[in-house]
Amino acid sequence: MKIAVCIKHVPEGTKRIDPGTKRLDRSGEGALNAFDANAVEEALRLKDAAGDGEVVLVSFGPAKAQDALRKALAMGADRAVLVSDEAAAGSDLVATSYAIAKALEREGVDVVLFGQQAGDSDGAVLWAAVADRLRLPMVSQAAELTHADGKLTVKRQTEFGYDVIETSLPAVVAVSDAINEPRYPSLKGIMGAKSKPQETLSLSDLGAETARVGAEGSRTEVIGLNDPPSRGDSRKIEDDGNAAQQIVEFLAEKRLV
Amino acid sequence: MKPAEYPPPFRSADYVAPPTDPEDERIDVGVLVVGAGPAGLACAIRLGQLLEGAPEIRERLGEVPVAVLEKGKQPGSHLLSGAVVNPRALRRLFKGRARIEDMPFYGPVHDEGVYFLSPKRALRIPAPPTMKNEGNYVASLSQLGRWLAERAEEGGAMLLPETAAQKLLVDGGRVRGVRTGDKGRGRNGEELGNFEPGADLVARVTVLAEGTQGHLTGVALDRFGLEGENPQVWALAVKEVWRVARPLRRVVHTMGWPLRPQAKYREFGGSFIYPMGDEMVTLGMVVGLDYRDAELSVHDLLQELKTHPLVRRMLEGGERIGWGAKTIPEGGFLSLPRRLHAPGLLLCGDGAGMVNVPALKGIHYAIESGSLAAEAAFATLRRGETPWRPGALAAYDDAVRQSFIWRDLREVRNMRQAFGRGFWLGGALAGAMTATKGRFPPGNARTELDVEQDIVRSDRATSYPAPDGTLTFDKLSSVFASGNRTRDDQPNHIVLRRDVPQELAELWTRMCPAQVYEVAGEGVAVTPSNCVQCGAITAKGGRLTPPEGGSGPEYTLT
Amino acid sequence: MNTLVFLEHHGNELLKPSVAVLSKAASLGGGDVAGAVIGKDVRALADEAGKFGASRVYVADDAELEAPLPQPRVDVLAQLVRDTGFDTVLLANSVLGADVAAGLSARLDAGLNWDLTDIVLDDGKLVGKRPALQDSIYVDVGWTAKPRLALFRQGSFDPTATGGSAEVEDVTVQLEDFSTGARMVEQAHEESEGPSIEDADIVVAGGRGLGGPENFTLVEELAKALGGAVGATRAVVDAGWYPYSTQVGQTGKTVAPKLYIACGISGAIQHKVGMQASGVIVAINKDPNAPIFEFSDLGVVGDVHEIVPKLTQLVTQRKSS
Repeated sequence: MKIAVCIKHVPEGTKRIDPGTKRLDRSGEGALNAFDANAVEEALRLKDAAGDGEVVLVSFGPAKAQDALRKALAMGADRAVLVSDEAAAGSDLVATSYAIAKALEREGVDVVLFGQQAGDSDGAVLWAAVADRLRLPMVSQAAELTHADGKLTVKRQTEFGYDVIETSLPAVVAVSDAINEPRYPSLKGIMGAKSKPQETLSLSDLGAETARVGAEGSRTEVIGLNDPPSRGDSRKIEDDGNAAQQIVEFLAEKRLV
Repeated sequence: MKPAEYPPPFRSADYVAPPTDPEDERIDVGVLVVGAGPAGLACAIRLGQLLEGAPEIRERLGEVPVAVLEKGKQPGSHLLSGAVVNPRALRRLFKGRARIEDMPFYGPVHDEGVYFLSPKRALRIPAPPTMKNEGNYVASLSQLGRWLAERAEEGGAMLLPETAAQKLLVDGGRVRGVRTGDKGRGRNGEELGNFEPGADLVARVTVLAEGTQGHLTGVALDRFGLEGENPQVWALAVKEVWRVARPLRRVVHTMGWPLRPQAKYREFGGSFIYPMGDEMVTLGMVVGLDYRDAELSVHDLLQELKTHPLVRRMLEGGERIGWGAKTIPEGGFLSLPRRLHAPGLLLCGDGAGMVNVPALKGIHYAIESGSLAAEAAFATLRRGETPWRPGALAAYDDAVRQSFIWRDLREVRNMRQAFGRGFWLGGALAGAMTATKGRFPPGNARTELDVEQDIVRSDRATSYPAPDGTLTFDKLSSVFASGNRTRDDQPNHIVLRRDVPQELAELWTRMCPAQVYEVAGEGVAVTPSNCVQCGAITAKGGRLTPPEGGSGPEYTLT
Repeated sequence: MNTLVFLEHHGNELLKPSVAVLSKAASLGGGDVAGAVIGKDVRALADEAGKFGASRVYVADDAELEAPLPQPRVDVLAQLVRDTGFDTVLLANSVLGADVAAGLSARLDAGLNWDLTDIVLDDGKLVGKRPALQDSIYVDVGWTAKPRLALFRQGSFDPTATGGSAEVEDVTVQLEDFSTGARMVEQAHEESEGPSIEDADIVVAGGRGLGGPENFTLVEELAKALGGAVGATRAVVDAGWYPYSTQVGQTGKTVAPKLYIACGISGAIQHKVGMQASGVIVAINKDPNAPIFEFSDLGVVGDVHEIVPKLTQLVTQRKSS
């Protein structure tokens, strides 16, 4: 069973937006995004359950993304592919999903796993976009995943409780952090990671058109940065026996109760 | 009452063991370096250079000729210093390979000033000769560490971050390597779902470069009877990094306020304020841990310092972007281990106490000792040699004794001890020592252990500024600024007597810059996930051991 | 501007956030706004859409669309955009909405800006506003081409009824083969124990100020009365008063409910970063200098043991009247 895990490069430490380029300042050290660790763990479990197979990591980002990949390799993934190209900087969802889909097409996998959230752009929904480009069925918010008879059964977390969804393979699944507790790499795993195959591909290696990535391939832009709107008037009161009543009135005013 | 009356239930012997993993599961490396700080990385870099010219030896060392363990998230995460670095050891290490201009320094020191502070004034005083910094460079040790780590990897070393060295593996009287720490234990030590046991890492030579309060270094000193004639003492340094509106154009040191000169308080130390390029400034408060007042808090003294007009002006319009804390060994020459080696073992850097207190320098000694350790280890890896033969590694001790490390430290050996007599008398003695290059006063002063200091009480805390969130901060905000995001349900890694008198609990509560301790009903409560592993507790009655690898601060600019 | 709003429903009701986005779209002054309702037996929902600002509602009603799965909806919306020429598609964030928006973005190669809390039409240019970096900064975002897709944070707007009515147009569906690859086996039922902390609209959290684990019942009862979830601080979780799964903060969960009530919580930064994005923050604490009062909308200096039970009582009364 061939499983691809898409890894997002997230700079560690102080996160800031560079006021000049208006992009996330990615010069900080790279780290494996906690949600991607869940995806890697799930991939390893699927492989173990299937008895054999391959877990390949696919990432799209600057050279620093190697650090996150190495961590995932230390956990037990078999090899890593990093798509890194100067021209790709500033890619938005449209451009990123295009590049990642190209890389995945090249691999030809049974299951593509994503971690549900990226720490730097909360709510990023890369998986749905990539699934559409690959023309594959997609299930998100997976809190449980089982593989049997060429199908995946997913317990999907929604606002209304859990759905049970079945999908044929190949498929794209985004896993939530409730799905598992990622393993710590063993020391042997960490040491072995270095010698596992790690490819770095440029856009042309992928057969991807430069015009469809980077700022050129993006369809959204950052116009400016502002301070957050102030929370508005904040009130502070001392309880004189009526605090509970005052709170209810406040909540009613805000139509929260 | 003194902290020594409530020693921690710590036994060195608990951290020494023979390898227990089956032989085929042990991880075998050539030379094992514990600690990716300047000493450890210099050792790894020098070994890489030597092995480059000796491929037969490199082959015999197996798949991993040189491994460097680091308990922090990555090299640099636990590195903190001022720092003004003397480049001499770096020049020697990188001779013909890299120049000072290639290294991540913030420029040479151009101008400096030393001030004696009173609450509202700053009196410029001539810089003591030990504090002259011409020819030295300002650096962030954390950044320098990351740069050195890259060089070490380029030279073939394998860096293993997020890995703590928990036990010293000793077999048949020789050091075999270390056992790494477990991961995935819960608060009560129970194995969690993703529990991963540590592993036995064996090597021909083990180099301990753990830095201040080195865990296995302490264990090794005990196990092999290597302690020096004087016990070790420490200072606690708490520092911040600021983005500033106006560049600071000189290196500044201060003495006096907010420390008190009376001998009964034993407050030895001062502050440093260094420019990091045009856009950043780093400043810190350093205080000897032989202080006595239960209400003393170095974290809060730093906040107080910032309210002084001299300092406030420098920080106006700026923003705090980093914070950290770490101890500095201050015993100097007389507290050095009597031997720096044992069968299969070498000790380097701050872990061994190689710090020149009056000059506030230790990084170049760490680098030089790492280099010398590499050379001594390499010599024992030649065919026909065994590193654990008694005396095989003695060449390291000889080399250190012939180096500038020894010379420099010997010259200033009594300086720190003099300051135990109070600022004025101490200052006079220090002046005399400098003038006579260490010949006067003669003999070797006794150092008193930090835990032997009687606790006194004052109302020191009343003058600590309330945190305003812009210039001054509370401890939890500082812990946040250190990048600490440690998992909360880890086992407690601090060995401590819990049922202690309130006064002692208060001493610890104020002492700790990270708010780990709290006065609780019958003694002291501990929040281990706040810990930034500075080591102060080890000096004042407890014992810090390494938590799960990857925990603690994530320093980048300290 | 030719706008289409995706209207999500559950049971036989349009979901409030979708309706709110529809109202907002209608108020932008960019021309007529259409809605899309997709599912089985959903035609009746079209009326509601009209009341909240849609001049036209496209209804795709089919057994294949019954399950709330995203990919068939992408097919429908993409078809609508291509056939009708919409240049702007707006959606409210939800588990379903997010997947639909992103799938549509790839299908049409259309720019998607998400997590928006506001949108304005500025001189013909559409500008979205969104928070970033744990709500510490706000970013103005735009689109460089059409069609333009926008996904809004829940609770960004309130639905305003304009009392209009909409023309209904039935749409026949052409689904891609891969869109039916995922099949609903069993659809979620309403959770009986209350919402999970991540999804809850209301979170009531307790901290050390509660005094002891036995006092957590105060928090639980208030949460129940409000229909919310229970949260806890690191300190009380460390002390074993409540499970780790309820911890809100830097090393716990990050939540952004419409209402966050902090009981006996001091508000250290480690806690703050886990809940500062909440819509409205009410804090009750005995200590007038507690840092939480610096970022709460209503700060109450008082005893949680007295205030919280009374509050629970009043809320319960109010809800039953």
